[in-house]
This record gives sequence, C-alpha cells and structure tokens, in this order.
Amino acid sequence: MITVVDYYVVASILFAIGALGFLLRKNVLVMFMSVELMLNSANLVLVASAKSFDLARGSAFALVSVAVAAAEVGVGLAIIIALFRLKATVDAEEITNLRG
Amino acid sequence: MSDTQVYYLAYLVKLLVVFTLAVGLVPILVYAERRVSALMQFRWGPNRVGPFGLLQPFADMVKLLCKEDLVPERASKVLFTIAPALTCIPPFLVMSFIPVAPSFALAGREMKGVVVDSPVGILLLLALSSLTVYGLAIGGWASNSKYSLLGGLRSSAQMISYELAMGVSVLAVLCVAGTLNLTEIVYRQTQFFGFDATSGNWAGWNVFAQPLAFVIFLIAAFAETNRLPFDLPEAESELVGGYHTEYSSMKFSLFFMGEYIGMVGISSVLVALFLGGWHFPGMHALGLQPGTLPFTILGLLVFLAKIGVLLFFFIHVRWTLPRFRYDQLMRIGWKVLLPLALLNVLVTGAVVAGS
Amino acid sequence: MEVLERVAFYVMAVIAVASALLVVVNRNPVASAMSLVGTFLAVAGLYLTLNATFLSAIQVLVYAGAIMVLFLFVIMLLNLEREPFDLPGFGRIAGFALSVVLLFSLISLALNATARPETSARGGSGAEIGDVFFSDYLFPFEMASLLLLVAMVGVIVVARRRKPEEEEEGEA
Repeated sequence: MITVVDYYVVASILFAIGALGFLLRKNVLVMFMSVELMLNSANLVLVASAKSFDLARGSAFALVSVAVAAAEVGVGLAIIIALFRLKATVDAEEITNLRG
Repeated sequence: MSDTQVYYLAYLVKLLVVFTLAVGLVPILVYAERRVSALMQFRWGPNRVGPFGLLQPFADMVKLLCKEDLVPERASKVLFTIAPALTCIPPFLVMSFIPVAPSFALAGREMKGVVVDSPVGILLLLALSSLTVYGLAIGGWASNSKYSLLGGLRSSAQMISYELAMGVSVLAVLCVAGTLNLTEIVYRQTQFFGFDATSGNWAGWNVFAQPLAFVIFLIAAFAETNRLPFDLPEAESELVGGYHTEYSSMKFSLFFMGEYIGMVGISSVLVALFLGGWHFPGMHALGLQPGTLPFTILGLLVFLAKIGVLLFFFIHVRWTLPRFRYDQLMRIGWKVLLPLALLNVLVTGAVVAGS
Repeated sequence: MEVLERVAFYVMAVIAVASALLVVVNRNPVASAMSLVGTFLAVAGLYLTLNATFLSAIQVLVYAGAIMVLFLFVIMLLNLEREPFDLPGFGRIAGFALSVVLLFSLISLALNATARPETSARGGSGAEIGDVFFSDYLFPFEMASLLLLVAMVGVIVVARRRKPEEEEEGEA
C-alpha cells in the first residue's frame, strides 16, 4: 500500500538533490534549475498531504505556487541575461561585485 | 471468447486504427504535397514510380534508409540521437486524446471512439503539442552548427509566443463548452445544428460560436507545426536547413515524419474543437442508429474527410504565401494574436456569465 | 489495480530521482535542462497517482511546456559551453556534507509521519479547483495574477537593452 509517507520520502530525496545541485554547481543557470527542483518537491508534499484532507484545496495551493514559480523563472532568467551582458559569464564564483 | 476478451480485442483494434491513421497519412500527405504544389506551379510533379507516381513516397523512404547516417564530429551524440525521436513522439500521443468517432455498444459495454478519455484532455493536448519544441531545439543545439543553433533558437522562441495565443483562444472555447473533456466538447457540438429558438442563439459547431478563436488557433497551428508562412526554424533560404541541417538518413526522415504527423495531429485538434468532430448536419437523420458500429464507422469517415480538407488547406497555404520575417512573426504573435485572443475571452466570458 | 498503482508509483519515483541526479551531475547545461524536464514529467505522473489530474496537466503545461523551454532558450542564447571539471575545494565538500545531512534529516522526519486515512473531501478535478478559487481563495487568486503581471513588466525592464536605438528585443 502506497501511503503519504512514501511520497514524503520521494519529495525529501528530490529536495536534497536540489540542495546538492544548488550548493555544488557554479553555473548560475543550473543552480536556478536546482531551486526549481526543490520548489517542485515542496509542491509534491503539499499535494500528497492534501489527499487526506481536501485535494481541491491542496491543488489550489499548489497551483498558486506554480504561478509563483513561473513568475520567478521569468524574472530570474531576465536577471541572468542582464548579468551575462555585463560580465560575459554565468559562473557564480566570478560574480562577486555588489556594484554593477 | 468471453465478453471481456472481445472488449479488449476491440480496444486493440481501436489503438491500431488510430495509430495507422497517424502513420498512414504521412506518405499520402507527402505525395499530395508534391502533386498539389506541382499543380499550382504548372508542373507535373512525381509521376514516374507506379501509377500516377503513387509509389514515390516509398521510393523516397528506401532512398533515405539507404543513405549514410552521419553524426557531426563535435556534436553531443546522445542529444543528437534522441532529438528526432522527441519530435515524433508528442504528435503520436496527441492522436490518442482525440475522439475520432462516436462511441458504440460492444459486448454490453460502451466502446469509446477515443483511446484515452481524459477529464483534462484538452490541457494535455496543449501540453503535448508544446513538447514538440524540445526535439527541434535540442536537435539544433546538439548539431554544433551555427545554422542549426539559429534554427533551434528560433523554434523555441516561436513556440512560446504562439503557444500562448493558442492556449488563450482555446480558453474561449472552454467557456462555451463548460468542460475540459474532449469527448464531451465534441458531443455538445453534435446535439443540435442551426438556430436554436428556445435559447435564441446559434447552436452547433464551435466555429460558428467562436469564429475569432478558430482563426487565431488556425494561425497558431501553422506556427506550431513550423509550416510556411511560419517555417522560420528551417527557412532554407536563410539557414540552409535550420535545425535539421546536419541530419541525414533515418534521423532526418524522423524529423520529416514528425512535421507531417504534427500536421495530422493539429488538424485533428482543430476538427475536434471547432468543426464538430465526427458530426455533419443531418447525420442523425440518415437512419443509422447512434451507438452502433455502422454509425461509428460513418463518424470516422466524416472525421477523416474533415482532416483531409484541413490538410489540403495547409498544403495550399504553404505554396501560396511567402515567409514572414522574424520580427514580423514576433509582432503578429505578441501584438495582434494575443490581444485579440484575450479580448475574445473577455467578451465570451461576459456573454456566458450574462446568459 | 493495487499492484498497478504500486508499480506506477515506483516507476515514476525512480525516474524522478534518477533524472534529478542527472540534472546535478551533468556538466552540459542543455543535458541538465532535459533531465529536469524528465523529473517534471515524472512528478506529473506522481500527481496522477494521487488523482490530482488537473494539477498534473498544469505541471506538464507550465513546467515542461513553458518554463523549461525558456531555460533552454536562455542556455542556447548565451551559448554556454560544458563546465570544466575542477577538484572540489573546501566549500564544495562542505556543501556536499550539508546536503547529505539534509537528506537524512528530511527522510527521518518523513518516516516519523503517520499516514492518515486518505479521505479527501473533494477531488482534484478542474471544476472542483475552480470552485475553491472562486469562493474561498479569490484574493490569493487575484494576487497571483497581479504577481504574474508585475513579473512580466519586471522582465521587460530588466532584460531590455539600455540603448534606445536597439529596442527590437526584450520579449521571449
């Protein structure tokens, strides 16, 4: 029998992998993808838990978070493009200045 | 054989019919494209292989299969290999969500005229048709050639822009239909045709209720399938061959097939959403009993005929219109189609809420 | 049916985790992006096993159909090369250790949870979610649309080139 605990375990693994990618990779784009992965695993926990309460409400929550993710990706990628124009790199370790 | 076995056997037959429909139309389309274009330009077109050149697609296939399968030296091999498959799979999957025929009773159960009857069918269709872009973008990137890269880049920007207008135009149809299930959407279009005296408005095919949405969807469909006038990802006069410049042999023919199956898929979506699916006015008055096999087969033939007309239109447009410039393409997508689609949803929503 | 559900869950879970690992391990950013698409599709499959059909369609539509295409577009636009391999320094070893600790603490938390009976008041279909949004959560819904609008304006402002004579770019 698949219970909510199994979904929690999968989501935990995905979240940890996302954290790993964010901490280890230097490419800003890949770091950003890892953040998306973590966001998605959080959504999975939300929906899996909603199964025991009210799936429609849980899905609505998750939908709002998908909308937030879409907005975030748009802004984030725009910033990365602007950064690339300025520095010609996407390596997080070379982007050290606070001033543009 | 028990009833259940009969049912599942019929299900298999249904699967086969739908997928042969998708694959079988490809050689016919290739032949039709070449003959129609020749006709329009006062040429003969292929007429040597077989009667009227009917066997030409098979000769082409043999030729393509015998060619050497080249992989550019500095290409990323894995991505280069999976890219053609990625363009072919989504249009196939699209076909499985389309209700191609009315349902009929078999062995005490209802056999539906659709492979997968999903409650969110139309959303899945939109999702799948947007997945096609990965094949083009990845193929263009993995080839490690500047023309391919430009082609892939163009296709991803084009898809995102036109996907939006397409989705919003479908939204208006959903407002009218009140459901996300495609079988239900088709069924509602078949119930009544003409002027409904009780409600005081047009009932029937969605194209009459939503002409603007139909036109927007049609234009976006050209962009989604990379057909002229929106074939910028391959634009042979600018980019050699665009995303498939470096491809040869079977991989190239997969791209080729992907384009044509995509056309079949998007025409099926158009027919199901706007043109009444398997229905034509007066169909119920022919004397065939709805819910029986002959009625279903008649529906399937009507559906095929409608796809045929649309595909002919696709071919006709390709050989009539010149290609748009890239900035014109973007301007049409964002400044004309999207605002129009949004306006259409607004008006439709107001009318639906008001009645 | 019970067995089928289990198989579906395990297949989707394994695909999700494996392609998530590929996202992190691949040094080629395009391959990373494609693996992430795989993860998102597998998570959509997991939503299906939870009967959240509408959300699973939205997951494919928004994440795989729009967000990742945008990622791919940017990667190709910047024409990124493979990341060179270099030896892990102190920071990266610490990062690795940190995420292992995170993994085990999260899993132990997950295993301590007790499963409630799965008695959902409502299902996850489009109509039911629409009901929720247009009754109880109308304000969050409007806020989400406002957020998207603000993001859209923000993107155009940030990504636009500063020189006025080169303004024919910006959307995408």
